Amino acid sequence: MYRIISKKNLNPTVTQMEIEAPLVANKALPGQFIILRVNEEGERIPLTVAGVDKARGAVKIIFQIVGATTELLNAKQEGESIQDFVGPLGVPTHTNGIKKVCIVGGGVGCAIAMPVAQAFHEKGAEVTSIIGFRNKDLLILEDEFRACSDRLIVMTDDGSYARHGNVTVPLKEMLEAGETFDLIITIGPLIMMKFVTLTAKPFGVPVTVSMNPIMIDGTGMCGGCRLTLVQDGRRVTKFACVDGPDFNGYEVDFDEAMSRNRMYSDFERRAHAKICNLLKGAN
Amino acid sequence: MALNPKKHEMPTQAPEVRAHNFSEVALGYPTEVALEEANRCLNCKNRPCVTGCPVNVNIPDFIMKVKERDFEGAYRIIAQTSSLPAVCGRVCPQETQCESKCTMGVKFEPVGIGRLERFVADWHNANTAQPLEKPASNGHKVAIVGSGPSGLTCAGDLAKKGYAVSVFEALHTAGGVLVYGIPEFRLPKSIVAKEVETLKTLGVDVQTNVVIGKTLTVDELFEMGYEAVFIGSGAGLPNFMNIPGESLKGVYSANEFLTRSNLMKAYRDDPVTPIMKGGRVAVVGGGNVAMDAARTALRLGAEHVYIVYRRSMDELPARKEEVEHAMEEGIDFRLLNNPVEILGYSNPENPRDPKNGFVTGMRCIRMELGEPDAKGRRRPVPIPGSEFTLDVDTVIMAIGTSPNPLIKNTTEGLKVNSHGGIIVNEDGLTSRERVYAGGDAVTGAATVISAMGAGKIAAKAIDDALGAI
Ligand SMILES: Cc1cc2nc3c(=O)[nH]c(=O)nc-3n(C[C@H](O)[C@H](O)[C@H](O)COP(=O)(O)OP(=O)(O)OC[C@H]3O[C@@H](n4cnc5c(N)ncnc54)[C@H](O)[C@@H]3O)c2cc1C
Ligand SMILES: Cc1cc2nc3c(=O)[nH]c(=O)nc-3n(C[C@H](O)[C@H](O)[C@H](O)COP(=O)(O)OP(=O)(O)OC[C@H]3O[C@@H](n4cnc5c(N)ncnc54)[C@H](O)[C@@H]3O)c2cc1C
Ligand code: SF4
Ligand code: SF4
Ligand code: FES
Repeated sequence: MYRIISKKNLNPTVTQMEIEAPLVANKALPGQFIILRVNEEGERIPLTVAGVDKARGAVKIIFQIVGATTELLNAKQEGESIQDFVGPLGVPTHTNGIKKVCIVGGGVGCAIAMPVAQAFHEKGAEVTSIIGFRNKDLLILEDEFRACSDRLIVMTDDGSYARHGNVTVPLKEMLEAGETFDLIITIGPLIMMKFVTLTAKPFGVPVTVSMNPIMIDGTGMCGGCRLTLVQDGRRVTKFACVDGPDFNGYEVDFDEAMSRNRMYSDFERRAHAKICNLLKGAN
Repeated sequence: MALNPKKHEMPTQAPEVRAHNFSEVALGYPTEVALEEANRCLNCKNRPCVTGCPVNVNIPDFIMKVKERDFEGAYRIIAQTSSLPAVCGRVCPQETQCESKCTMGVKFEPVGIGRLERFVADWHNANTAQPLEKPASNGHKVAIVGSGPSGLTCAGDLAKKGYAVSVFEALHTAGGVLVYGIPEFRLPKSIVAKEVETLKTLGVDVQTNVVIGKTLTVDELFEMGYEAVFIGSGAGLPNFMNIPGESLKGVYSANEFLTRSNLMKAYRDDPVTPIMKGGRVAVVGGGNVAMDAARTALRLGAEHVYIVYRRSMDELPARKEEVEHAMEEGIDFRLLNNPVEILGYSNPENPRDPKNGFVTGMRCIRMELGEPDAKGRRRPVPIPGSEFTLDVDTVIMAIGTSPNPLIKNTTEGLKVNSHGGIIVNEDGLTSRERVYAGGDAVTGAATVISAMGAGKIAAKAIDDALGAI
């Protein structure tokens, strides 16, 4: 069992927790993730490591409540424990040799992007961060991003806070104004990552995307997390849990990935309704 | 007394009943039947059957004990060489191993060795309260990677000799393929759980949720004070065919399908883990894994299940008994067929159509057997122009697995062959000092008993190496 050391709501649908898992805390690097199960009957879900505190053996996770499992997790309180917690999984984000980077995060993807931005900042790279949210209430981690960015641009889809519009708007402006980056890293909804990639393409800036397919084991055993890269015209299958989750944005078949993520939509809706009722009954 | 020319039949659940439940198919011999079957054994002096068993179970001796109704005595004889008799009695491919060498089999049907082994193991589990005690410590520490049959066996043998053994398992439950792959209806999970509990009584420390190569590396295990490491990480990496359409929704690797059903319990009525149930299912492949996937799909409620295999009945690599069971249950075997493409739904008018991207069928081509290859197996060759479409909405690829490269990639100096199998000598020793390996991680996908045998050999070699210190 893995104890919840701390819990904090970042906004109405996003929660941050620190979990006691010293072996994971010792090893985790930015870009890696863990897989957890809330209870003995639970599903395995992947979440990115949002930070570690080795001294306390703590691993920070930040999750959006989107369905049954994240709802169950959110119902757990500080001091309680969760059943399983395994990691760190996946390949860490490559930071070597990058001097000037642009981080583009969307929604809860900003939680995944934040430790990556911090890693570049600590390595002395110049960091530009663009973070976008649907509205002001959903804004998270603004202070954390400000602390590790040389330049921070905050966007809201509805204009309720900071700049109005989505994240590709300022990115495009900068690139058109002649700004150059060694790398753009984008993390968020697939559709956003697809459009960030398309925006960057005419300017020839390399783009890394962080893929979030449905996973089970996270060790390369099931193949459920597979996605297709197009390399030199050839379609190549990769497993996001062991080959990723970071991939070259120009190679990823986004449309296929979006379709695969919707495989269990019906089932998920029903499971979510069931858990909501259960949790309501408990209160 | 005339000898019965036939093996006593194994009682089973009726096919039409079992096709809809996950309870065990084969029910086991009642005592009287076991005694009669034991009477068929000729107690041959030259013991050919023993040579057919990868771990040389002392077959005639244990069968003689059964004849004498000394079932516990029979168990002790088996336990000298096999540490998982309740498992092997159920899943060994006996027809190509022990039973293939049985003298009775020359003229009649061989003795039902596996069935007797299962009988003895089940009798022991039901009737013997285990007075197991934690053996006195010998002060040495060994780490085992993976909790499949090879790892469990190696751990058990070492623990009995007084080693402090830790087993590190990547998944949340110990047992390897025995829990995530082989379904409940062939091997009840409680049997595997019991084996793991026994190990814990012996003092073995089982740590789930530890991925060696990620959470800890082999080198760190040595830094932590382990004096030897056994790698029994299996061959879990699923192969795909690399044909168009394999990324459509409704295409699974057998590992994913079986893991969802077994490990994640999607077979239950109200599961938390989703799986595509019902509909028309094609399973590609002809091994045990394919049979298990097909029969699982059926039990989950599929209306029609095909096995699509590119060779003929004679070459089907699955255990004979499982093929027969599958046929009785109504699995539709489409032999000498090979998939060329998986077809999916696409509505160009409406990109948001929820049906988009789901499987609608599988294009196959008919095959014929051509010239024998180097191994003497006749190679299947496609018949030009013979393509046709199977109407299915789920496709399960059961065309083999390979060893996972994770440990190799994170362990300097660990040599593997061109198939990714870890290279070992006859003692199970790898190219790294004090690092041993065995089971599917070495051989590629094989059998429970061979993995178990490899775990035993390595345990002995580790004891020889460390015991001398
Ligand atoms: C490498 C990786 C890192 C991730 N990091 C984070 C993170 O830091 N914070 C965060 O909020 N979310 C993260 N996610 C997404 C998170 O895993 C899903 O939101 C979560 O699994 C939803 O589970 P649920 O039962 O609550 O919702 P469900 O109702 O089951 O699903 C809602 C959506 O989540 C996705 N999903 C469902 N099951 C899985 C699964 N087993 N694996 C992956 N996706 C699934 C589906 O696309 C689905 O549409 C990450 C995903 C991946 C693959
Ligand atoms: C569906 C199916 C049906 C089968 N049917 C039969 C049958 O009827 N008869 C028969 O004899 N054989 C059968 N087999 C084959 C048999 O199960 C295997 O040969 C046997 O289980 C191999 O044992 P193993 O100990 O080498 O590895 P496995 O059983 O594969 O166990 C390996 C374990 O190591 C863990 N692991 C992997 N990597 C790591 C890591 N880096 N760190 C920590 N842990 C790790 C895995 O999670 C797994 O639990 C079947 C296999 C399958 C898949
Ligand atoms: S372990 Fe397997 S091969 Fe050996 S005797 Fe038993 S059933 Fe036969
Ligand atoms: S070969 Fe057959 S008949 Fe002879 S001892 Fe072995 S099991 Fe008995
Ligand atoms: S999650 Fe199973 S292979 Fe990636």
